[in-house]
Amino acid sequence: MENLFAARSQMAVSLGFHIVFACIGMVMPFLMALSHFKWLKTGQEIYKDLTKAWSRGVAIFFATGAVSGTVLSFELGLLWPSFMEHAGPIIGMPFSLEGTAFFVEAIALGFFLYGWDRMNKWLHWAMGLLVGISGVASGILVVAANAWMNSPSGFDWVNGEALNIRPIEAMFNEAWFTQALHMTLAAFVATGFAVAGIHALLLLKQPNNTFHRKAVRLAMYFGAFAAILQPISGDLSAKDIADRQPEKLAALEALYKTSQPADLIIGGLPNDETEQVDYAIHIPGLLSFLAHGDFNAEVKGLDIVPKSERPPVLITHLAFQIMVGIGSFLFLVAILYLFFSWKKPHHIWKKWFLRITAISAPLGFIAVEAGWVVTEVGRQPWIIYKVMKTSEAVTPMPGIQYSLLFTTLIYLILTFLVFWLMKRQIKALNNSYQSANQ
Amino acid sequence: MILHFIIVVLGIALLLYIIFGGADFGAGILELFSRKKHFTQIKNITYRTIGPVWEANHVWVILIVVILFMGFPKIYALISTALHIPILVMLLGIILRGTTFTFRHYDAYKDNAEKYYSKVFAYSSFITPLLLGMIAGAVISGKINLEANNFYDIYIAGWFHWFSFFVGIFTASICAFLAAIFLIGEADDEKLRRLFTTRAVKANIATVIAGGMVFISAKFEGISFFYEYWNNTTSILLTLFATFSLPVLWLALIRKKILLSRLVAGVQVSLIVMAWLWVQFPYVVKLKNGDHLSFYNTQAPESTLEALAIALLVGVMIIVPLLLFLFKTFNKLPTKA
Repeated sequence: MENLFAARSQMAVSLGFHIVFACIGMVMPFLMALSHFKWLKTGQEIYKDLTKAWSRGVAIFFATGAVSGTVLSFELGLLWPSFMEHAGPIIGMPFSLEGTAFFVEAIALGFFLYGWDRMNKWLHWAMGLLVGISGVASGILVVAANAWMNSPSGFDWVNGEALNIRPIEAMFNEAWFTQALHMTLAAFVATGFAVAGIHALLLLKQPNNTFHRKAVRLAMYFGAFAAILQPISGDLSAKDIADRQPEKLAALEALYKTSQPADLIIGGLPNDETEQVDYAIHIPGLLSFLAHGDFNAEVKGLDIVPKSERPPVLITHLAFQIMVGIGSFLFLVAILYLFFSWKKPHHIWKKWFLRITAISAPLGFIAVEAGWVVTEVGRQPWIIYKVMKTSEAVTPMPGIQYSLLFTTLIYLILTFLVFWLMKRQIKALNNSYQSANQ
Repeated sequence: MILHFIIVVLGIALLLYIIFGGADFGAGILELFSRKKHFTQIKNITYRTIGPVWEANHVWVILIVVILFMGFPKIYALISTALHIPILVMLLGIILRGTTFTFRHYDAYKDNAEKYYSKVFAYSSFITPLLLGMIAGAVISGKINLEANNFYDIYIAGWFHWFSFFVGIFTASICAFLAAIFLIGEADDEKLRRLFTTRAVKANIATVIAGGMVFISAKFEGISFFYEYWNNTTSILLTLFATFSLPVLWLALIRKKILLSRLVAGVQVSLIVMAWLWVQFPYVVKLKNGDHLSFYNTQAPESTLEALAIALLVGVMIIVPLLLFLFKTFNKLPTKA
């Protein structure tokens, strides 16, 4: 296996693993804080139990997320030393602030998990909320650093050296806002639906269980609202990359030739030989509208860059279809859920709707992974867009395939273990909490 | 000025990681070397004392990494390239340690799985500081050689030698020592307290022996660190202070002055670390060809350092009070009851 490919795969495995735990770490504290708040306000034991039951699961996800994040901070150097050597001074700012945010998160988590009955109850509650706030801040800062790779700014590139570095400008690069917004909402959608879905699954087994019903409601507050906002954020992102990284948009839409107007190509299999998309559905002019707000606008195709500078079209396009497909599905589920809870609350607990909610549980995370593939693979062959190629950044150390094998194995075992632990948590629910049987 | 502020923060972060992160690692090492009959007690006390703080204690290492790659990117890139293999193994240790510690406590059922978590937790608690020490040893050994033309010389010979091995053992012993001293005060019965005291003494002896071996191996491997250390008056003084404070520690242990013993142990470790840093400064990595990477020849541009300094200043102002409050809340010395 080629060293570069092995390094990219290892990065993909590590980030793909970490991103799930990071999302849960960002969102679960808000769910717990809401439930915790309801307990403090109403004194209903069920909310306390729900908070505690969630927090046991969250502790497992947090620890895994914390260590896999630590690994990433080293892995950037292990796999991409030349990238870090040049990018570190430019983009270190969000990382160093993220260090603080993560510190606060870890401290607040310590208070939250171990502080029951050991501190003022409202301070304890606030600490739980602080976990979420600093978690979201961490996420935004890390995504800002990633956005810089798509939209490098804050330096002058002269003869392979970065001069005149302006760290603040680099942090607030053009892509940071759209990317951070999209990622944060995605975390809320994925986690909200995952939690609601798991409790919906349990409701299918134990209908009328109040504990799980309350859990579905709390989780859906976040999941449903985020799912409805997400298409707007997606639209902002699409318009943004249409201007900034036109070949990325072309790759994810599988638009080989610059067209005016441009069709929206749904599904299909892009073929790099014929530069056609087989088996796809074409909607005339829609891509022009989505990218530029005008049905007759020109949309740049992959032909604006030489073949050596094109991202892999097949993977990017398919990942994009998966992300958008799931996003649209969850959007509909969210609309339906909000309509039911407004007009016909008992419909939420009907078997068919519980099934839909349960099916949604993994979908958000699949969309998150797909979206991550879109943004990362869609940037190739660049590690810093139009500045440094990924192949120039890779470590000179040969044999990365062994390190890939090793890392993948560890992460597979951990994934299996976390799933298994969660299953055990759920199995033990009815014994651990009185209110879980109501 | 700004550069020195950053270097000082880096030094303090390193010191705090060694002391607090070290005590966390040490708790696992003590488990590794404890007999079955004490196991449950040690496990419970480990959970109670490091459970709330371990994640925070390990953010120090992230801070160190971030300071290096933002402020001194060449050092970060070189270390990541030349020491790829030990870093990867250390990362494995970090992952397994954190996850198994948490899994062990939060698993809904207490069954056979617990045995495996404990095994992995204990071994990775030993391996991680061992590798961290080996990495530090490699960095100062002057054996890193990126110009060589074969895999072994570039990626293995730099760290695979007795000197770095003994620095690793020394580091692990320090961790065990710190943990034992710390846990004496947390033990809730006399028997356990005596057990930790014995452990502390053993770890102390191991540290002294490992420290001796570091210098002996340095001499035999022809590592200049040996001569630099003994030609540096400040480092010798710091080492002497650390050595002569040992009787104070023993007395504190005999008299059961818990706070004093913790303080002395912390100071001793700090003195040793400072003695090492003092010899090093301002050099960070020594290469086989005689070149040095120092803070001065690898520093990022001024604008970056300013940004980093601001970020660190903000960070310190937020983190320090929160961290103190965390320790205060959860680190209660056992009451007389």
